[in-house]
Amino acid sequence: MEIKRGIPVSPGVAIGPAFVVETEGTRIPHRTIKKSQIDQEIERLRKALREAVADAHANRDAISEKLGKQYGAIFAAHALLIEDAELVGEIERLIAQQNYGAEYAVSRTMRRHAKALEALNQPLFSTRASDLFDIEKSILSHLVGEQGGDPLQNLQEPIILLAHDLTPSQTANLNPRMVYAFATEAGGKASHTAIMAGVLEIPAVVGLGRTLMDVSGGDEVIVDGNRGVVILNPDEETRERYLVLQRQFGNFAKRLDELRELPAETKDGVRAVLLGNIEFPQESGHCTDRGGDGIGLYRTEFLYLNKTRDPNESEQYEAYMAVLRAIGPDKPVVIRTMDLGADKLFNQADIYLDEKNPCLGMRSVRLCLRNLVLFKTQLRAILRASPHGNLRVMFPMISTLMELRQCKMILGDVKEELEEERIDFNRKIPIGTMIEVPSAALMAEEMAKEVNFLSIGTNDLIQYTLAADRTNEHVASLYTAGDPSILRLIDHIIRAATKHGAEVCVCGEMSGDPIYTILLLGLGLRQLSMTPQNIPEIKKIIRSITVEEAKTVAQEALRFETARDVNNYLREQTRRVLPEVVVN
Amino acid sequence: MVRNQRPKPQTAERQKIMKDSIRQTVSVTNPQGFHMRPMAAFVEAANRFPCAVTVTRLGMAPVNGKSILSLMGLVAIEGTELIVEVTGPRAAEAIQALVSVFQRNYDEEQ
Repeated sequence: MEIKRGIPVSPGVAIGPAFVVETEGTRIPHRTIKKSQIDQEIERLRKALREAVADAHANRDAISEKLGKQYGAIFAAHALLIEDAELVGEIERLIAQQNYGAEYAVSRTMRRHAKALEALNQPLFSTRASDLFDIEKSILSHLVGEQGGDPLQNLQEPIILLAHDLTPSQTANLNPRMVYAFATEAGGKASHTAIMAGVLEIPAVVGLGRTLMDVSGGDEVIVDGNRGVVILNPDEETRERYLVLQRQFGNFAKRLDELRELPAETKDGVRAVLLGNIEFPQESGHCTDRGGDGIGLYRTEFLYLNKTRDPNESEQYEAYMAVLRAIGPDKPVVIRTMDLGADKLFNQADIYLDEKNPCLGMRSVRLCLRNLVLFKTQLRAILRASPHGNLRVMFPMISTLMELRQCKMILGDVKEELEEERIDFNRKIPIGTMIEVPSAALMAEEMAKEVNFLSIGTNDLIQYTLAADRTNEHVASLYTAGDPSILRLIDHIIRAATKHGAEVCVCGEMSGDPIYTILLLGLGLRQLSMTPQNIPEIKKIIRSITVEEAKTVAQEALRFETARDVNNYLREQTRRVLPEVVVN
Repeated sequence: MVRNQRPKPQTAERQKIMKDSIRQTVSVTNPQGFHMRPMAAFVEAANRFPCAVTVTRLGMAPVNGKSILSLMGLVAIEGTELIVEVTGPRAAEAIQALVSVFQRNYDEEQ
């Protein structure tokens, strides 16, 4: 049994056989064969081995000519490995005795040897594991190539998908009835793949780090999308425990489903507004399906990513209109302007190349203020869509009041232009700012005076306040919403907003994490924006308490001096209110 | 560096088993260790002969000298001593070819 930890991106628990997708797309279908097919399977293997040897020889000749004989010799060694009697014997035994399909037998054998080599911890030798992976890929490509078709689209039985990374389109094309769950080595919580997992509603964990070499297709795998854990070859006890969890989660999800039509109202009748965070227009439906009250964060980055030019006004307008059509004319939709680093944008990368510290560099609204064409194009599209619904605009990564005023001024310019062109827009479109930089949090009163609403982006606020990148495992433990400094900043921001009549919302992951719901409510927050999947659970908590109870919990939580005490206390309080919700 | 190590005559039975068997100890002088290219050369040489070839690292079980995978498992870095043993027809010829692999300098070859 081996336990890997990553980032949970889509809740739920699934158990099933692994299906591994390699970086280059070679796949290892897990198959067992009938006894009568053994000879045929071994013949199929031998044919693939012969072809792989021929490839290696061709490589040897080509590389020798191009780079010199000593480099070509590496491929001569590969050819010897593919024909290696010990190796071939081992693979054939797996086919003949265990009735494994040829692909699975190859993969099992190669991985066993590669792992043994890596375990030696000898730099000179561990790199040879990559030679073995190379050979594995070559043999598999001959085995798989011969069968044709995309095995992911032709699955015979439900599987757990493991990959280095998946493209959003690969993810989007997964069949949720055949793919129980997936887990990837790469990726963060906000990656498109993660978001698509939420759309498909299958459990998913990303950012596992090196995992694939420890697993062969067909190995039993558990994906725990609640806690961000992936377990390879679980022992019997773990397996039993997860089967129970899986059943409980299923029942719980069903009960949450029944909450859809009920308001997020406390026991003493105080109504909270639960909004969804979305990235793609297609996700709007998800939010309404879950009984969400609107969209609290519509990330627009997808419009800019992987493009060979910046998105034009009409493309953006269409995307915004798609969301408004799905959500309806009355529910709020908050559009956040472009929040990317220069490195991700076409045309910009070369200008700001070599930033030593991109997180603290030219990104997000800072980039927009330097590139007015880009910024104004987006603002025009937003304004043009504004008369068709309850559309609001929000600026990310504001760190000073001056920046916020500049943004408002440019929005004013664009309004004037539209006015001159006699294009319809909502003159009173609500304006908001994200509070995600500590300087802005401390200046929350002044910020609140300038805008209609504040939206607390806890992900960045925590990162910048504690100076800790949560994807860096060595410092990730510093990163927690329960840190007393974060509680105090949020308390301050909510008070500032309330004092100056601005609405306030939390749109980071903290708002979808059930252990913080009572706290936020008790601090006076009435709007939370989260991944749509979390809405029912958070609603259930809100419906289970009174505002007075929540205030007491919040006051108590503010008294603790360490994150550990805060989190333990909040976990305990949440468990008291709704025992099945707290998963760790 | 390479020294002859003919097995000492022991019991008659042992002698019979060891018939046509020759052992020689070699030491890895290459700073990169006994790496892919010399290993490939060794296996190619071994496969030219009908005799059995084993390679032993002190304290480890003998491995098949005709299998590059098995040789990789030896983890023979610079300075490691290995015992090459050949048994069967054309053993004398084989041991010479195999030992010579360790005397070539692979990093200066073009």
